[in-house]
Amino acid sequence: MELRSYIIRRVLLLIPVLLGVTLFIFGIAMLFPPAQRATLYVTNMRQLSNLPAIIQKYGLDKPFFVQYGTWLNQVLHGNLGWSRAISMPVAQAIPHLLPATLELAIFAVPLIVLAGIFLGTKAATHKDKPLDHGTRVVAILGWSLPSFWLGLVLMMIFYGYFSGLLPPGRLGIQMDILVDSVGFTRYTHINTIDAILNLNGPVLLDALRHLILPVMTLSVINMAFIMRLMRSSMLEALGKGYILTARAKGLAEKVVVNKHARRNALIPVITVSGYLFAGLASGAVITETIFSFKGIGWWAWQAAVMLDIPSVLAFALFTATLFVVINLLVDILYTRVDPRVRLGQGVQ
Amino acid sequence: MSDWKFTARQLAKNPLSLTGVVIIVIFIIIAIFAPLIAPTPAGQLNSYMIPRDGYWAEPEPPSNAHILGTTQGQYDIFYGVVWGTRSAFRVALVVMSITLLIGIVLGSLAGYFGGVLDEVIMRITDIFLAFPWLILAMALVVVLGPGLKSVMIALIVVWWPSYARLIRGDILQVREEDYVEAARGLGASSGRVIIRHVLPNAIYPALIMASLDIGAVVLSAAALSFLGLGAPEGYADWGQMTQFAQNWIVGPLDNPLKYWYAVIIPGLFILFFVLGWNLLGDAFRDIFDPRLARR
Repeated sequence: MELRSYIIRRVLLLIPVLLGVTLFIFGIAMLFPPAQRATLYVTNMRQLSNLPAIIQKYGLDKPFFVQYGTWLNQVLHGNLGWSRAISMPVAQAIPHLLPATLELAIFAVPLIVLAGIFLGTKAATHKDKPLDHGTRVVAILGWSLPSFWLGLVLMMIFYGYFSGLLPPGRLGIQMDILVDSVGFTRYTHINTIDAILNLNGPVLLDALRHLILPVMTLSVINMAFIMRLMRSSMLEALGKGYILTARAKGLAEKVVVNKHARRNALIPVITVSGYLFAGLASGAVITETIFSFKGIGWWAWQAAVMLDIPSVLAFALFTATLFVVINLLVDILYTRVDPRVRLGQGVQ
Repeated sequence: MSDWKFTARQLAKNPLSLTGVVIIVIFIIIAIFAPLIAPTPAGQLNSYMIPRDGYWAEPEPPSNAHILGTTQGQYDIFYGVVWGTRSAFRVALVVMSITLLIGIVLGSLAGYFGGVLDEVIMRITDIFLAFPWLILAMALVVVLGPGLKSVMIALIVVWWPSYARLIRGDILQVREEDYVEAARGLGASSGRVIIRHVLPNAIYPALIMASLDIGAVVLSAAALSFLGLGAPEGYADWGQMTQFAQNWIVGPLDNPLKYWYAVIIPGLFILFFVLGWNLLGDAFRDIFDPRLARR
């Protein structure tokens, strides 16, 4: 099978999953009685006395699938409802808050992946030596740490003890005003990138200062997984016949490890890194919440605590779609990276 | 050698997994003897509610009356973490047993009968797995109304698909074994074949995974409680106690670490609890790695 028909087949398979996701989310919303859903359309208190008319007007008592059709039509036209949590339409809230989340992901993912690959390789080449046991303990500790607690402890040290060294939020008050002033062009709304494009050193430094703790929290929690994956993948690669051949040829151990084994061991790690990026780009709810880093994850929490149901459901819909699409992209990329992946049957 | 004996012997060999076992046993003892370790004050009906000593907002440091201090709102930290152990086990056992039950039923149906039924069940798991877990759980808790019960339901909804898939996969293998064929040939009903012949041989990996996921379930429930969506205020719950500390991370200028006890102690309990299960889990992964042959 060719790559093109593989991609077409995968995209077609995506449709039932996405339809299922929308149906599921709509099903959750329908757990509420019509009168309760009608209150979402109420803009002032006086209208509350006339709920039946609202139910009538928006067809909230129609059969399930009729309502689902109407709702899906709205969603496809970008009408996702009103977010009480940040007082703007959901369709505007997402692009407004996404840059902050992307900024976190852009810094955290490469750090996590590179450190994970490095430590995982070291652990594999030193199997059953102290270094291997050490990284194992660190990894297990890393994925046992509650991220919310780690965040608080880091803040206690770097914000409390070192009085304000690494503050919460995205920018300090002065810089916050500065980036919204006339002299500063917002190209991407990602602070660090905008600061570089504007050649503004102070903003860049301040943005980085605010990024350190959240990125650190995300890294400690997620690095463990990449590290362990790299270790086992590397161990498997080192056991392969071509490694024996390479060693028998008299190649230096460094070349064998770095050129022959690691290259093959990287493939599953790259896939998982894609998922990791998907996960972080769809909002690091806990990390963003603790550090008041106002991205979409923080918004999801605000909405959840305020019981702002349209926002929470829209957020779930958005993240699930993003997740599914990124997973598809990773799978397609995978076929390009690994020549051994055969699309469909047929011996080559 | 039987699966259990083999597993136990492998565990005993590894110092890390032994540490894990010791940690878990300590927590089990704390949970069982909670009423003796931290007696409920006379007249209090629900032991899971932390007794409070006044309504003063500022946490109080460890003293004779409160050996680990008090949180914001004067909830006793010692009482909270001891009874919190019980709530942790309660949440984990409820969530894991119902998840397993759903996973076993749907996984067996899908794996044993195959065909359209398999396709439908697997596509449903696809939909659930399309969501990042925390977001699906948050959405469900918000819709069901925040509370511990909603958290448990949400975690079951998040967790069952992976178990249904795992069990389905194992059943697909066992289904083709000769003894299953033989039972079928002797005229046993599908139900009997599944329950007597297929499940007992296919369920072991799922049981192991379930016991190891206890740490993850507790961590997830704690995260939801920390976000303010879980246990009601004052309930003995580690996640909520950590949330109580959120306003007291930084002390006054002359003593920035003044409230360390309110921040550190509840989190340490979560950390060690999860650590215990993960230490055990890491050893299990090695034991079950098919590439490491049994000797």
